[in-house]
Amino acid sequence: MEEISMHVLDIAENSTRAGSKLVEITITESTIEDTMTIEIDDDGSGMDQETIKLALDPFYTTKKVRRVGLGIPLLAQAARATGGFFSITSDQGKGTRVKAVFRLGHIDRQPLGRMDQTVMTLIAGNPEIDFVYRHKINGGSYLFDTRELRGMLEDVPVNHADVINFIGKNIREGIAELAAKSG
Amino acid sequence: MAKLKIDDLKKIKERVQAENALREGDRRVRVTVHMGTCGIAAGARSVMNTLMDEIDESKVSDVMVTTSGCMGLCSREPEITVEILGQDPIVYENVNENKMRQIFKRHILQGEIQTPFVLARGKEQA
Repeated sequence: MEEISMHVLDIAENSTRAGSKLVEITITESTIEDTMTIEIDDDGSGMDQETIKLALDPFYTTKKVRRVGLGIPLLAQAARATGGFFSITSDQGKGTRVKAVFRLGHIDRQPLGRMDQTVMTLIAGNPEIDFVYRHKINGGSYLFDTRELRGMLEDVPVNHADVINFIGKNIREGIAELAAKSG
Repeated sequence: MAKLKIDDLKKIKERVQAENALREGDRRVRVTVHMGTCGIAAGARSVMNTLMDEIDESKVSDVMVTTSGCMGLCSREPEITVEILGQDPIVYENVNENKMRQIFKRHILQGEIQTPFVLARGKEQA
């Protein structure tokens, strides 16, 4: 993957397929601790302990169309390549939390990239699911929540092209402002 | 979401509601961008974004965009499926931003299937 935000999209797509109603994405950058932490938290079907272990194996997948499952191993490898770490915790019936910590200043850390595109893609493909996107840089933070949006949209679907483009613009502006303030 | 421009959103809402009042039945076109690990790594997200930009620029309101998982042909990613109401779905392979623009303008808007990029016709099984 060229960007960390593509990993985020990929892992969150897993959440959407696990029957989640709410998927929360949190990105925390700390220049003091030299970390970039990615958390994807869902309320989907979850996994038992054995399946969690299997999920880290690139030759395990629940899909029938192919024999490999690379999404989780790729993110784990990317985080570890920067001297960071990776973890999955899950409760069956309650949900799953994926956490990857990258060394912020490590030369092998991919750029975070286009989080606006990641969130837009998630909402366009999964209009029935709610998404929360939090981004923290040192002290400052940005928050986007589809639940807030739905109230204002009434009967207009959240995956309407105009709404999706509006969301993208909102996120781009929000992150730019956050970066300027906290950079 | 402090920066949400409530007025902008209200305008979008009112415009969409007015459009929906005029339109009858389903959307004319559904475009599915395949968004598995393989698709994402091959550039499916930027294809998706190009499609959203094209919809925005052309001001059409009868094109619906969605995503799906991997259908097992990872080496042909990015793939998209274009379904025009009443016609067989068309799966395009190795799509990039330029091909996406061409498919949008020629196939989605004008109905000409872009044969050189076609992987398959008909419903997918996955």
